[in-house]
Amino acid sequence: MAEIKAPAERPLSPHLLIYKPTLTMMMSIVHRITGGALYFGTLLVAWWLIAAASSPNAYAGIGSFMSSFLGRLILLGYTWALVHHMLGGIRHLIWDTGHGFSASEREWLSLATGVGSISLTFILWVFGYLVMGGSH
Amino acid sequence: MAGGKMSTPLARVRGLGAAKSGTEHFWRQRLTAVANVPLTIAFVLILVSLLGRNHAAAAQILGSPLVAIIMLLFIVSVTTHMRIGMQVVIEDYVHDEPARLVLLMLNTFFSLAVGLASAYGILKLSFGVFGV
Repeated sequence: MAEIKAPAERPLSPHLLIYKPTLTMMMSIVHRITGGALYFGTLLVAWWLIAAASSPNAYAGIGSFMSSFLGRLILLGYTWALVHHMLGGIRHLIWDTGHGFSASEREWLSLATGVGSISLTFILWVFGYLVMGGSH
Repeated sequence: MAGGKMSTPLARVRGLGAAKSGTEHFWRQRLTAVANVPLTIAFVLILVSLLGRNHAAAAQILGSPLVAIIMLLFIVSVTTHMRIGMQVVIEDYVHDEPARLVLLMLNTFFSLAVGLASAYGILKLSFGVFGV
């Protein structure tokens, strides 16, 4: 009681870095990251719509950018982020109803989000190339 | 939403928690999340159907009533959803008050600008179809 000590080395509140990474944790982080990416990805949607509303030249401009390697990479990332965030969102909506919280259900839903997003992205791109008839 | 055993009958009738608007953001985030699922699927289908088409064909499809209305709903729902989502991210990570306020303002400006720019594009295509 008598003397005032320097601040003791108490444990800090639990933080991300002290936890062993788990699947549900990774999916939660990825959900936020994909949400952030999609936020800026809407610029592409706006660019696309404005270009379509402007002129054939402007539309050809975004078309050639999206056909470039960088454009394809961005579009692939956007597709995956969109699908992943949507599946993750559906998982959250299921959780909002109070269901799917048991250990096995949590793991299953998280795994389904990851596997589902990669599979759906792959299917969409194969389908996309088929629609274009391999012209690009 | 509100109305557990702890709340008074009056509070239950009003449907507001202690913060008066505490569940508004939560609810709107879920509302737009649910709307985003079918709208995003429709958006992707529209996008795929436009692959490889020239400008005239793409402009005609995007400007047709059903596609234009779906696209407008998609834009409104998505930009609302993303504004609330980014607000939560900013509030989580930015603790410096002035910086947080500036970022929250920029978030609203960005979401509105992207949303209105996209809506403008759709409407111009839509009203231009028979106008030309």
